[in-house]
Amino acid sequence: MKIGAPREIFPGENRVAMTPDSALQLQKLGHSCVIETGAGAAAGFQDEAYAVAGVEVVASAEALFEAADVVVKVREPAKAEIERLRRGQTLISFFWPAQNAEMLDLAKDRGATVVAMDMVPRISRAQKMDALSSMANIAGYRAVIEAGNNFGRFFTGQVTAAGKVPPAKVLVVGAGVAGLAAIGTSTSLGAITLAFDVRPEVAEQIESMGAEFVYLDFEEAQQDGAATGGYAAPSSPEFREAQLKKFRELAPDIDIVITTALIPGRPAPKLWTEDMVALMKRGSVIIDLAAERGGNCDLTKADERVVSDNGVVIIGYTDFPSRMGTQASTLYSNNIRHMLTDLTPGKDGVIVHNMEDDVIRGATVTHDGAITFPPPPPKVQAIAAQKKEKPKELTPEEKRAQEVAAFKAQTRQQVTLLGVGAVLLLLAGVFAPASFMAHFIVFVLACYVGFQVIWNVSHSLHTPLMAVTNAISSIIILGALMQIGSGSWLVVVLAALSVFMAGINIFGGFMVTRRMLAMFQKS
Amino acid sequence: MEYGFTTAAYVVAAVLFIQSLGGLSGQESAKRAVWYGIVGMALAVIATVAGPGAGNWVVSLAMIVVGGGIGWVVAQRVQMTEMPQLVAAMHSLVGLAAVFIGYNAHIEMVRVAALMADAPTTLSAAGVASWLDEQGLGGFALKIAHKTAAEIAVLKIEVFLGVFIGAVTFTGSVIAYGKLAGKVDGKAKKLPGGHMLNAGAALISVILLVLYFQGAGTWTLLLMTLMAFFIGYHLIMGIGGADMPVVVSMLNSYSGWAAAAIGFSLSNDLLIVVGALVGSSGAILSYIMCKAMNRSFISVILGGFGGTTGPAMEIEGEQIAIDSDGVAAALNDADSVIIVPGYGMAVAQAQQSVSELTRKLRAKGKSVRFAIHPVAGRLPGHMNVLLAEAKVPYDIVLEMDEINEDFPDTDVVIVIGSNDIVNPAAQEDPNSPIAGMPVLEVWKAKQVFVSKRGQGTGYSGIENPLFYKENTRMFYGDAKKSIDTLLPMVE
Repeated sequence: MKIGAPREIFPGENRVAMTPDSALQLQKLGHSCVIETGAGAAAGFQDEAYAVAGVEVVASAEALFEAADVVVKVREPAKAEIERLRRGQTLISFFWPAQNAEMLDLAKDRGATVVAMDMVPRISRAQKMDALSSMANIAGYRAVIEAGNNFGRFFTGQVTAAGKVPPAKVLVVGAGVAGLAAIGTSTSLGAITLAFDVRPEVAEQIESMGAEFVYLDFEEAQQDGAATGGYAAPSSPEFREAQLKKFRELAPDIDIVITTALIPGRPAPKLWTEDMVALMKRGSVIIDLAAERGGNCDLTKADERVVSDNGVVIIGYTDFPSRMGTQASTLYSNNIRHMLTDLTPGKDGVIVHNMEDDVIRGATVTHDGAITFPPPPPKVQAIAAQKKEKPKELTPEEKRAQEVAAFKAQTRQQVTLLGVGAVLLLLAGVFAPASFMAHFIVFVLACYVGFQVIWNVSHSLHTPLMAVTNAISSIIILGALMQIGSGSWLVVVLAALSVFMAGINIFGGFMVTRRMLAMFQKS
Repeated sequence: MEYGFTTAAYVVAAVLFIQSLGGLSGQESAKRAVWYGIVGMALAVIATVAGPGAGNWVVSLAMIVVGGGIGWVVAQRVQMTEMPQLVAAMHSLVGLAAVFIGYNAHIEMVRVAALMADAPTTLSAAGVASWLDEQGLGGFALKIAHKTAAEIAVLKIEVFLGVFIGAVTFTGSVIAYGKLAGKVDGKAKKLPGGHMLNAGAALISVILLVLYFQGAGTWTLLLMTLMAFFIGYHLIMGIGGADMPVVVSMLNSYSGWAAAAIGFSLSNDLLIVVGALVGSSGAILSYIMCKAMNRSFISVILGGFGGTTGPAMEIEGEQIAIDSDGVAAALNDADSVIIVPGYGMAVAQAQQSVSELTRKLRAKGKSVRFAIHPVAGRLPGHMNVLLAEAKVPYDIVLEMDEINEDFPDTDVVIVIGSNDIVNPAAQEDPNSPIAGMPVLEVWKAKQVFVSKRGQGTGYSGIENPLFYKENTRMFYGDAKKSIDTLLPMVE
């Protein structure tokens, strides 16, 4: 099959759906690749680089749509692009089918198969083609960089000869992929980072990234994150109130706010109200990653940098991934490449559109002249269900009590064992002759020594241990040697045989142990 | 020579033996420790030959030389994968020697008793001694002659016990050898009647002990030996392949106790000390192995797996195969790799190839480590020895407890020929027969490749949900061939 990537026609879009590297990988799957001239220029990939990677460069979008069996794109297609599709052709791209019903109809009428990268289900197997996550990751990073660009101070606190610099305080609202990426970037720049999310189960992830989770003092039956495919669900009005109250409390201290809160299929929730902006210090920055859906901040204007009356900068850019064209293209083209890997199970350049496959079925929005959106729920649960109950934390007193109890039980057990052992020994001592008891002491002490010594033997040396104990257990040769001098021929013969066998054992055991131990080498 | 010298030599030998076992706590000190053992043994033998009571030293020397020569040759030639059967075979020799020596003690006892009956009753104590000397009694027999009636009674018990343990060790080890060497079918087999037969044979042995104690004569000893032979045979026949680590260490322990029992009957403290050392060593090894399988010693010895408490958990998904290209690509991308070897690696003799793969990956700066489950293989520490033979440095070979927490941060895990020790059912399915057994948590890694001959279950016959996990790929084929095809692709 021929895979083709046209130039993105959306103004200001820098990304491209195929890089020279991904083209090489696609060719390994048995496909050939074609690209429109200049498609990768904005992302830093020249036509020559594509040619070197064995990609055919064509002069126009028409020619590309004509040549390619599978068209890969970044932005959702424009009407003109959809009209170029033909029956049997496949388009892989972002599509937003829920918002783009008209385009969906059009694609169906053209008879083309459309795979929407934004519809890839969120299951572990599909992570490698989850373009939303990879783009969100870039957006989160870029949000912090953009904030730094508009913020007049350092992120990290410093004490310099010229004076002390306090660290910047960053609040990240919404700890999805973008939020977590923003947290990571912000903490590594040295800022004090706070983070909030309506899903309490992400607190652990937030803390693992080095930020502080903002806890709300609010009791509510929490919905299981697993039920909504790992995304946030709308919260109750009471919860929202508590949340806004907390934000108002924080606002005067915060230098940079990065909001990433989105609920699937709804406008972005308003979380940073006008009065909070008014509470913030002059020179503070708000980056609203939800601007495309109306923004989390009241004052956000999509694709614009706004300065509030009190000098707070509010940035509502919607093209953060595109602002990092090279990185975004590399990751996105890899997502596309993984999708094509799943579509080419035989690695023979033949596309098999397996509608039984959860991932392919979920992402396909039109197929064979029919609309296949929305998909049925995936068979595999998105993420593990919340753990029902954590084991109760023990208080120090309880722990102490437990330890004491355990100690007592151990003492009791040991004393009982020793007692029983002693009584048995005494009983034996009453009946057995003195010479036996003398040997018995030796025996018991040797057992003790043996136990103490063997516990220290390293696990990896258990085989040599067996070989060496084997060798020394042939100490039984002493018995045979003591008997071999006897007058009875039968005794001599049996003793001689014993000596013979023990001899094999002694030499064999020690030799083989030595051989083994010599093999153990340190790197 | 004097008794004092012999005893002193024995003390030194005993200390050396303890040192030699203690030295095994580390790989470097172990190399020195073997020499302690060798010197100790030489000292003990020389002191005994030179000491009182020994004779016929020409025969002794000839036997040691011939036996030692055979031992030497065998030790030089044996393959490291054949270690388990060698160890088992050597245990059988100690067992048989114990039986012979026990018989000797009995024969001497009878002879001395006969002589004593003939002794003139008029002689004083000193007179008896010189008279016995005239009758040609020496060494061990002389010692017996000086024993009191109570001591003779204890001696009888000791002899009986020594022969019994020795006999069980002998047939048990022979069967274990056969199973490990593939000469006897490795499956658990029992005669009709099962453990009742063993219990019956043991009961008869106890009755025979009582009869022997009351002077019933040589036939009781012979019959008991047969019983013990049967117990050893039947007990080990009933235990299957993967439980062999426990069996071998158990036999190791028995051979020690047999030596100790013989030491008692010969009044030889060195024998007692060494026997006790070896016995406790084997006992601890058995305990560690049982713990690693979360089974009691009794349940292992009684053979087979315990009953399940309910239906096994349903396994969803399918086993997805992968070819060497895929594995090689994943290895080339990975930063950290953990290899989990099992008995399958030993069977396929793949350790050299695995070592070569490790060397290549490490040369590229990747972290490669080995995770060893305590019961991997057929002998305690079996995998360590195989990897050492293939020149895998021992500091990257880690125990289960050391490495289990690292799996979530690992890119690629390669499971080579192991099954039950990586079975997540042990943790996830309370109804599984291996529920609660500590296992290597390989499924927590980002990717798992399982090198396996085909789609079968492991020794325990339990389905392994690991093979059906989303991050698991099955790399079918002979382990050695599979790894060899990987080698040129890892660049």
